[in-house]
Amino acid sequence: MSNGGGNGFILEGVRRLGAVALFLVRLLGECVPALGRPRLLVPQIYNAGARSLIIIMLSGLFVGMVLGLQGYDLLQRFGSVDALGTAVALGLLKELAPVVTALLFAGRAGTALTSEIGLMRATDQLTAMEIMAVDPLRYVAAPRFLGGVLAMPLLTAIFSVVGLYGAQLIGVQLLGVDKGAFWSQMQGSVGLRNVTEGVVKSVVFGIACSLIAVHEGYNAAPTAEGVALATTRTVVASSVITLLLDYVLTAAFL
Amino acid sequence: MRANRTLEIGTGLFVLLGFAALLFLTTQLPANGVKFAGAKAGYHLNAEFDNIGDLKVGSPVTMAGVRVGEVAGIRFDSKDYKAVVSLRIDPQYKQIPEDSFASIETQGLLGGKYIGISPGGVDSYLKDGGRIDQTQSAIVLESLINKFFANYSSKGGGDTQSQPADKQTKVESKK
Amino acid sequence: MVVDVRGVHYAVGGRPIFAGVDVQVRRGRITAIMGPSGTGKTTLLKLITAQIAADRGEVRVCGQDLAALSRSEIYVLRKRMGMLFQNGALLTDLDVFENVAFPVREHTDLPEALIHKLVLTKLQAVGLRGAAALMPGELSGGMARRVALARAIVLDPEMLIYDEPFVGLDPISLGVIMRLIKHTNEALGITSIVVSHDVRELATIADDSYLLSGGRVAAAGPPAQLRASDSAAVRQFMTGSEDGPVAFHYPAPDYAAQLFAADES
Repeated sequence: MSNGGGNGFILEGVRRLGAVALFLVRLLGECVPALGRPRLLVPQIYNAGARSLIIIMLSGLFVGMVLGLQGYDLLQRFGSVDALGTAVALGLLKELAPVVTALLFAGRAGTALTSEIGLMRATDQLTAMEIMAVDPLRYVAAPRFLGGVLAMPLLTAIFSVVGLYGAQLIGVQLLGVDKGAFWSQMQGSVGLRNVTEGVVKSVVFGIACSLIAVHEGYNAAPTAEGVALATTRTVVASSVITLLLDYVLTAAFL
Repeated sequence: MRANRTLEIGTGLFVLLGFAALLFLTTQLPANGVKFAGAKAGYHLNAEFDNIGDLKVGSPVTMAGVRVGEVAGIRFDSKDYKAVVSLRIDPQYKQIPEDSFASIETQGLLGGKYIGISPGGVDSYLKDGGRIDQTQSAIVLESLINKFFANYSSKGGGDTQSQPADKQTKVESKK
Repeated sequence: MVVDVRGVHYAVGGRPIFAGVDVQVRRGRITAIMGPSGTGKTTLLKLITAQIAADRGEVRVCGQDLAALSRSEIYVLRKRMGMLFQNGALLTDLDVFENVAFPVREHTDLPEALIHKLVLTKLQAVGLRGAAALMPGELSGGMARRVALARAIVLDPEMLIYDEPFVGLDPISLGVIMRLIKHTNEALGITSIVVSHDVRELATIADDSYLLSGGRVAAAGPPAQLRASDSAAVRQFMTGSEDGPVAFHYPAPDYAAQLFAADES
């Protein structure tokens, strides 16, 4: 692409990072006015959140059930099946709910965002707005970004709750763990701090994934191929960044 | 701009659902989470321990293996250097004899700590604010190992080495 | 003079597009910008609407030097112009009525009743008042462009820019668009810039015209004057002959040599 092999690659990466950061700053500036326009914001919360509900709940249920199974299998070797509630709750709240929700969000809502904005770019709609003296960042990008950021923590919480239900479905109903022990042990060892950790993660992931999706769409090449490329980049970048941030946040909370 | 009402209803439902989930997670789950107004019913007892291990607020209190309440508070008494644990007992368990014995146990092999109360024999029962005099501290694994090696090396027992002041407690390790 | 472009140089990635371009658009007239594909007609529009900045030279719109304006000042200036894109560029999630109403809603606080009347008036002017409830996906190319025109004039701009308005239209739609451009310019007393390579169409409606070729203005003046020009480049463009300064053959090695190259092995 640019100058000498490895050097140019790194430089390009740094340049892109800077471009994304600047984009974020401009975007954040437009978010405040966007909050005052519910007619634009509400459809975006619907698109990012309500439309992802089915896949999040299904996934949450199955992940919870798997956790119940695996947890039971592991704990019964130590005679501590009563701790299943604790194990499942902590695993879900701190790690699985925020991360899996973020990955699913990137795949479903993120790609929809990128392709929608990319298509608007390709059909000159964004340029037309610019010419009509309407800042596309304010009218198109900011509401979509905010929609994602607001929807993510809610989706994550729903994932956690459904996951807990799935785990107790398997653990208590199917495998015979004591119901009281399941819940009381969980209540005894899950602290507000753990819940907070999950919420913080989901907010951070929401910001990252929404930002990436909007940015990729906004800067997509105005062709069909360009939009397709931008969409795949959204999924890949969102996934990698989420996992990276997950490590950072986990370490920060320990 | 068509289907506006459905969209708004859908979004509203989603947001409600999300907040309900958040609310559930933050209030119902954690032991020290944001609790709804109104403390739980029951009466309080105190017990002093030399070492509580990793007993937490909210850890269960059992009698004969049945949960009768939980640990309501833990503080450190700087006068006699002991841990003072406040227990909340469910109101229906009114008949705990005054000479009962409270010990800190471990759930399973890896589990958390809890308090087990073994009933005594007298006919008078503990009331709100009463104190359980006879207590057994938590078993700290390291000191157990230390003691084992101390016994082994000095050939013939004797409790030397650094052990957390186990002197005032009754019998040694139960297991 | 509404638009004054002087001595503009512009290059993209090392490739020069303009090497000294002078264009003057006079008030109240229809000015045509013509040229073969790829000469940068759309780039010129981008310079005029301040989407890009010239490397050298000056671009003045309504007396203001674009290079000296801040972002918000550019936005203020843009409210005084309207632009019609090649494919209409209607917002796909809004219906026709909402599309035309979009600039009004974004830039003014007019009451709903007034917006209603304003939009319907503009739609009537382009003959599409009955299509107000349709979605952009349901419109034909010509209809989409007419809606875009209604949207471009809804705030009564001083200047209208048309980017390739004749491309891909059937003869009827073509005639409609041409008459609309002419009529709008006269009725509203505005200035119009039309970018196209449809020589015949432009000749009937344009007052002034510029022919861009090789990064410069090859010819300027009323269309009739261009037709009679003695420049080979201009004549080739105006008459549409296949060979002239713009060659038919893409540069290639010797024909005979390439044909019989395989035989020599």
